[in-house]
Amino acid sequence: MMTQIVFYVFAAVLVLSATMVVSARNPVHSVLFLILAFFNAAGLFLIAGAEFLAMTLVIVYVGAVAVLFLFVVMMLDVNFTHMREGVQRYAPIGGVVGGVLLVELLMAFMHWRSATNIGQIAHLVPSSPTRTNTAALGDVIYTHYIFLFQACALVLLVAMIGAIVLTLRERPTGRRQNIDRQHDRMPAGSLEMLQVPLGAGVDAQGGFLRPHESYDIAAVPGTYGTEAWREAEAREADGTALVIATPATGTKGEGNE
Amino acid sequence: MADFFFHTTLGQLLLIVLESLAVLVPLLLGVAYLTLAERKVMAAMQLRKGPNVNGPFGVLQAFADAIKMLTKETVIPSGANRMLFLFAPFLTFSLAMIAWAVIPTGNGLAIANINVGILYLLAISSLGVYGMLIAGWASNSKYAFLGGLRSAAQMVSYEVSIGLVIVSVLLAVGSLNLNDIVLAQRHVWFCLPMFPMFIVFFISALAETNRAPFDLPEGESELVAGFFVEYSALAFGLFFLGEYANMFLMSGMVSILFLGGWLPPLAIAPFTWIPGPLWLIAKILFCLFVFIWVRATFPRYRYDQLMRLGWKVFLPFSLAWMVLTAGFLMVTGLLPGGAG
Repeated sequence: MMTQIVFYVFAAVLVLSATMVVSARNPVHSVLFLILAFFNAAGLFLIAGAEFLAMTLVIVYVGAVAVLFLFVVMMLDVNFTHMREGVQRYAPIGGVVGGVLLVELLMAFMHWRSATNIGQIAHLVPSSPTRTNTAALGDVIYTHYIFLFQACALVLLVAMIGAIVLTLRERPTGRRQNIDRQHDRMPAGSLEMLQVPLGAGVDAQGGFLRPHESYDIAAVPGTYGTEAWREAEAREADGTALVIATPATGTKGEGNE
Repeated sequence: MADFFFHTTLGQLLLIVLESLAVLVPLLLGVAYLTLAERKVMAAMQLRKGPNVNGPFGVLQAFADAIKMLTKETVIPSGANRMLFLFAPFLTFSLAMIAWAVIPTGNGLAIANINVGILYLLAISSLGVYGMLIAGWASNSKYAFLGGLRSAAQMVSYEVSIGLVIVSVLLAVGSLNLNDIVLAQRHVWFCLPMFPMFIVFFISALAETNRAPFDLPEGESELVAGFFVEYSALAFGLFFLGEYANMFLMSGMVSILFLGGWLPPLAIAPFTWIPGPLWLIAKILFCLFVFIWVRATFPRYRYDQLMRLGWKVFLPFSLAWMVLTAGFLMVTGLLPGGAG
């Protein structure tokens, strides 16, 4: 009696929230109703005694999939007035798709045949009371259905790799942190101690406090201390310079990073 | 008397209520004093005194804070989604509470000793992200929204490594029941043979509870206060309590999975005199101290470093350790065969 009441409560909320998923105006509300629907489905699993499936449903669908849905939907820039505009145009196509699905469902129901020995082979709950749900599922999945199960896993793996390949872009302009290179960096490779004469300044020593091999000076035109810079400055001092910095030969980039 | 509690419907309902109160009242008191303990411990680490005005050693500070929070005005920003805005803190708070239903405080001493206890804990802790995500969206504020997005990405990432760590523990136990997990550690606590996993789990727990050095969803230096920037008064208080109750929960999970739950360190005389629940509480308090210690020690991670740690370090490492554990158990024949 109690179980039946609980079942109908869960089932009613499930159907209602599923309806709200497709009828709610705000897409964020739709996703939240979808989560409610998942929860009630988990509740139905619990009533049927399938506790492992119930928990997995919550962990996978509510805890991971719906979070990502919500994540994306929240960032959509939804304009509610624009959403109403397409209804006239898309209604016929939507109607046709819905109609085809309805006819297919009806055909499927009309030719519904249950296996006669269904009662002997299918158990929602483990046959022995001492066997837990998890163990019973493992018994079936990892023995009779091991190849199908592994094939499912492979399909998912391929889909995952495909998603990564499709979305991974190497952006040449982006600056990336190379943590290994940062860790490898030693004072000897990036710092040079100079004996700077009093009153002369760094300029007399080349004007550059880093070892030249650690830094491609030619790549950065106009850098303080390069030969090109020195020439430009000399010309500017003579009053002959129009261009302050002339790119050195063999320039790799034009960056002034 | 026992007849009334165990054999009538009303008695059983009363029993469940009493059991829940026996867990929740100490938990809420603990949460109230954890806020004080955090301030005191961090003050000691930074050579300050911490709260010391209300009552001796400032012990009444927690109640002063509570009264302050209750008497302030709840402000709902214009343009906010009222329903969801108020729903989010309740969700966060109640999720942190209901998870305690399955935590065993002694042999068989849990409100619900269910077969899939660890999955239940994983499910509940993975729901915690909704409170923040909904709060961030419903506030109609950019800071709050950014905080919500960060928390969603962060918690989903670290749940992956938490899941894999739990799988390696379960391989050694052979059951999803939390009671069995503790009993499997009678001879040696799992923190010794699985020390790397213990560390990975603890760091992931820090990320899962949004604690320093992973407190980016709050990130007060760049997002003001992140997802709860618009909250005030009781609604803020519920988030606050929820966060600290989650710390208790994660410490409880660390204690049960790796520190032997209610079991004493050695099953010999002076240790066995202390009852099991006290051992569990002591272990939880130790974990909480480390939470606070970490907060006082480490600067906040940058977001890309956080993601790198979760996906490129913890995920492959815990996956490799899981395969290693399975292989080791298989070779040595220690694999617990088909738990009943």
